[in-house]
Amino acid sequence: MSETLIASKAAPVRFENVTKSFGRDVVAVDNINLHVEAGKLVTLLGPSGCGKTTTLRMIAGLEMATSGRILIGDRDVTTLPATDRDVSMVFQSYALFPHMSVLENVSYGLNFSGFSKSETRDRALAGLELVGLKGFDTRLPSELSGGQQQRVAVARALVLEPQVLLFDEPLSNLDAKLRRQVREDIRAIQQDLGLTVVYVTHDQEEALAVSDEIVVMRNASIAQIGTPRSLYDAPVDRFVADFIGEANILPCTIESVEGDMATISIEGYNHVLPARGLATGAAKLAVRPSRLVIGAQDGFKATIAKATYVGVRMEYTLEASFGSMFAVHEDVDTPLEVGSDVTVGFSQKGPVLLPEA
Amino acid sequence: MRHVLSETTAHPALIFWIVAGWVGFCLLPWYGVEDGFFAFEWLVDGYPFDEDYAPAAFLIGQGEKLWLTPLVLPLITSIFALGRKKSDPLYAKILIASGAIGFGWLIAQGFGIGIRGFNFEWLKALFGNLGDRQFGMGYGALLLASAYLFLFTQGIAARGAINGDVFVVSAIGGVIVIVTVFVFFPIAKMLLAAFITEEGGYSASVFASKFFDDRLWGLGCLSGGRCGVAWNSLFLAITVGILTTVLGLVFALVVTRSGFRYKRALRALTVLPIITPPFVIGLALILLFGLSGTVTQFFADLFGVQPTRWLYGMPGVLIAQTLAFTPIAFLVLIGVVEGVSPSMEEAAQTLRANRWQTFRTVSLPLMRPGLANAFLLGFIESMADFGNPLVLGGNFDVLSTEIFFAIVGAQYDQGRAAVLAMVLLFFTLSAFYAQRMWLGKKSYTTVSGKGDAGVHPLMPNGLAIPVFIAAGVWGLFTVVVYGMILYGSVVELWGVNNTLTFKHYVTAFSVRIEETGIRWTGAAWDSFWTTIYIAAAAAPLTAIVGLITAYLLTRQSFAGKNAFEFGTMLSFAIPGTVIGVSYILAFNVPPIEITGTGIILIVSFIFRNMPVGVRAGIASMSQLDKSLDESSLTLGANSWQTFRRVILPLLKPAILAALVYSFVRAMTAISAVIFLVSAEYDMATSYIIGRVENNDYGLAIAYSTTLIFVMLAAVGLLQVLVGRTKIGRRTQFGAKEQT
Repeated sequence: MSETLIASKAAPVRFENVTKSFGRDVVAVDNINLHVEAGKLVTLLGPSGCGKTTTLRMIAGLEMATSGRILIGDRDVTTLPATDRDVSMVFQSYALFPHMSVLENVSYGLNFSGFSKSETRDRALAGLELVGLKGFDTRLPSELSGGQQQRVAVARALVLEPQVLLFDEPLSNLDAKLRRQVREDIRAIQQDLGLTVVYVTHDQEEALAVSDEIVVMRNASIAQIGTPRSLYDAPVDRFVADFIGEANILPCTIESVEGDMATISIEGYNHVLPARGLATGAAKLAVRPSRLVIGAQDGFKATIAKATYVGVRMEYTLEASFGSMFAVHEDVDTPLEVGSDVTVGFSQKGPVLLPEA
Repeated sequence: MRHVLSETTAHPALIFWIVAGWVGFCLLPWYGVEDGFFAFEWLVDGYPFDEDYAPAAFLIGQGEKLWLTPLVLPLITSIFALGRKKSDPLYAKILIASGAIGFGWLIAQGFGIGIRGFNFEWLKALFGNLGDRQFGMGYGALLLASAYLFLFTQGIAARGAINGDVFVVSAIGGVIVIVTVFVFFPIAKMLLAAFITEEGGYSASVFASKFFDDRLWGLGCLSGGRCGVAWNSLFLAITVGILTTVLGLVFALVVTRSGFRYKRALRALTVLPIITPPFVIGLALILLFGLSGTVTQFFADLFGVQPTRWLYGMPGVLIAQTLAFTPIAFLVLIGVVEGVSPSMEEAAQTLRANRWQTFRTVSLPLMRPGLANAFLLGFIESMADFGNPLVLGGNFDVLSTEIFFAIVGAQYDQGRAAVLAMVLLFFTLSAFYAQRMWLGKKSYTTVSGKGDAGVHPLMPNGLAIPVFIAAGVWGLFTVVVYGMILYGSVVELWGVNNTLTFKHYVTAFSVRIEETGIRWTGAAWDSFWTTIYIAAAAAPLTAIVGLITAYLLTRQSFAGKNAFEFGTMLSFAIPGTVIGVSYILAFNVPPIEITGTGIILIVSFIFRNMPVGVRAGIASMSQLDKSLDESSLTLGANSWQTFRRVILPLLKPAILAALVYSFVRAMTAISAVIFLVSAEYDMATSYIIGRVENNDYGLAIAYSTTLIFVMLAAVGLLQVLVGRTKIGRRTQFGAKEQT
């Protein structure tokens, strides 16, 4: 990324016991605490209706918290309207002003920020250059493709050098190929400029790809906060395990616990893994499809119930005495036949005990 | 299945129309029956040999009207198509040729031979004097013409137009023909009338002398005199357009951008113009501000000044029209103001614009096309308004009333009426054209892609205060005006004798119960029942034509669709007075001779209100996913079956709405009606206007009040019925996700 006029004034965001309710009975966000460090990209991830967009809009000042405190930097912004917060937002529909040219759109916020005419123009042009839209300044939004409109929306938010930049499902109106590119662009700009970004999505792959930290939300509250790796490898519960990547939830028995390692058994097959504070007895185990080893020497018995060829790998549905599970296998040249019996083991790292019962 | 069907040789629609053609030719009376076809007196009165009632076949058989003979040939040739397959090129050729020749000859002989023999000099020169004549066509001719038309469309469909879809091609053909006959033909006839000299010839100088008349374009008012009616109309329409747009926006802002609690009550405002005959506002204003009006008297007593007639003229008409048309602008703008995507405004706010800056730089510019739209609507409505200028105009003449006086007044000058109508039509069509062509492409309010869950910000305070004051004052004024209508109907003699009485209602609607049954002795009953009967007959026809047109516009694509749409919506922009004049000019001579009948009233309502039906249909059809009809089509239904079994059932609310609105609009119409009523078919509105002209305000207002309540009941019934049909449906909010 070349030298640019645009700098960062990244600031942290802090939620203290924030609740948002609509009307009397609908609680959209229920007493959450959240800390977003300056210069980090944090993703709010969750299914529809979990409160992630409401949380984002509370940072923007488009919704006011019903109770609790919101801080951006050192400033308490809980009651400040959007206009007075140093935050800008990229909308799901981009919300480009259709009656203004690209340059006018990008200059819009600068006009209200006390810049001189020439500086406004310089900054807007620099913003367009940053997102790779140099020379598009006189076009109308309707004359741009979806991806270009998206980048105008990003430029419009960036040029204000906000303390926090918000993205509301920015990729949901783009096609699959463009998504990968745009999310990489967003991540690159964020890292180059050191911006604080809060990003909302319901696509776990997108979240894993762009985030420094992911906040998984469920039913108006936070289910787990962590780095992509820790969420994937050590989900706190079944919901997170299943939402971040697919997971097979298998019943098992913890035979013994030594230090922080536990030995579990499934149908006589033993495996050693971190105990995560659990005691002996019945437990639940989460195993990613790729961590099931089909044809292992040691393992439990299962039958191939379904085999699907998806190009880069084979997908199998396995039927064991305690239930069915989903596994993938890299070997596409000699697929296993439906109905054949196999021995299934676990790879060394991968299975995780779930703390809940 | 479908393959088998299309290969069979008996096509039910084809058989039907060939039989219909023969029935029209051989069985039904060819010419119009004077006492009414459905009286069926003709059946016992010399049918089928009497010349007045005879079918075409019997006329020819008796050696009369021999020019009808060629009509039988295409009927015979069309039979040869019956044995053929649809894919046979000859099938299409036979039908196209039969249909086109038959229809063409029918039209040609209709126009060529009128009540004085040949209509054109060159025909006389060519064939000599005919020595015979013919009157307006009747049901026989109508049926035969329809048969030819639909044979022709079936031929076109067989050639592969619109994927060979007979129903769609026939519907398009049918709509084009009726719109041509009942909209374009009368207008063209009227335009021609502007060039006709007193001797019956054509001359451009006649047109020029009438067109450049000082009474039309004079600018005397700039120097203290009087201005031409064209300028009066234009000035009035522009002012009304601006005022209604501003007030409409004010109300729309109150409803959508404020914490105002009684929004539902404000929305009820939108129902007022639908149920109020347009001139009723004028009557109420007379009660308030007229010479013996309440307010006038009050101030006259207070300041000891002589009451003036200031109301009669420009100020009165302006106030009345602004009152009458503000709700229309409100209706348009409420959609526009709500349609501005909330995320646009939220984006502006996150970009550091405050509420006033957001409103000025984003909300208002995005509403601009809607504002222009509302202005043009107000402009067209004001131009076309006839009732208020008639009641309140005084010496302030506008085009619509001048047209009326040119036709009915002592001057009886068709040419002048036609020229005035042309000018009026030019203004309204320009506005209509501007609205369609210029604004059609510039709407910002369409929802784009996946919607954001956002909320509209409140108005900035600097704006909210004047907006609330304006809305409050105008809302109160509207309430007072409507209160006056109610109160005025129960006062003995306004301003002179203010005792309360039901006298006017008794005069209008008294009923006597005698041994023979109920006797409707009130003065108003005749026109009241006629109105109900005509409106009830027009409503279903309007709904059918409107919905079929809407179906074609939303669901089918064909060459010339834009022109088709423009043509069908055009009658919205044609002022009622223009329709009235052109219908008189076009339909009091053969081949279509229907002036003085109820039919002409029904026809005028159908084509006046068709745009309403079309819009209602388009609005609800575009909500139905196209995959519904596509799945029906892939399941083997044809397009008619799809229309009837899938679309119609889903459109029940729209049909009901189209029915009720065309009924109600037919009851409140005045401008076209006043030209077309006859002694036998008098309508409520023209009766009321007659009472007003006789200064019988009490009866007029009592009658108007009754009409308002009747229509309120109709609209209320609609709300109940439509509300009920909607219960079983999932609303779009049910599926809306809150992320």
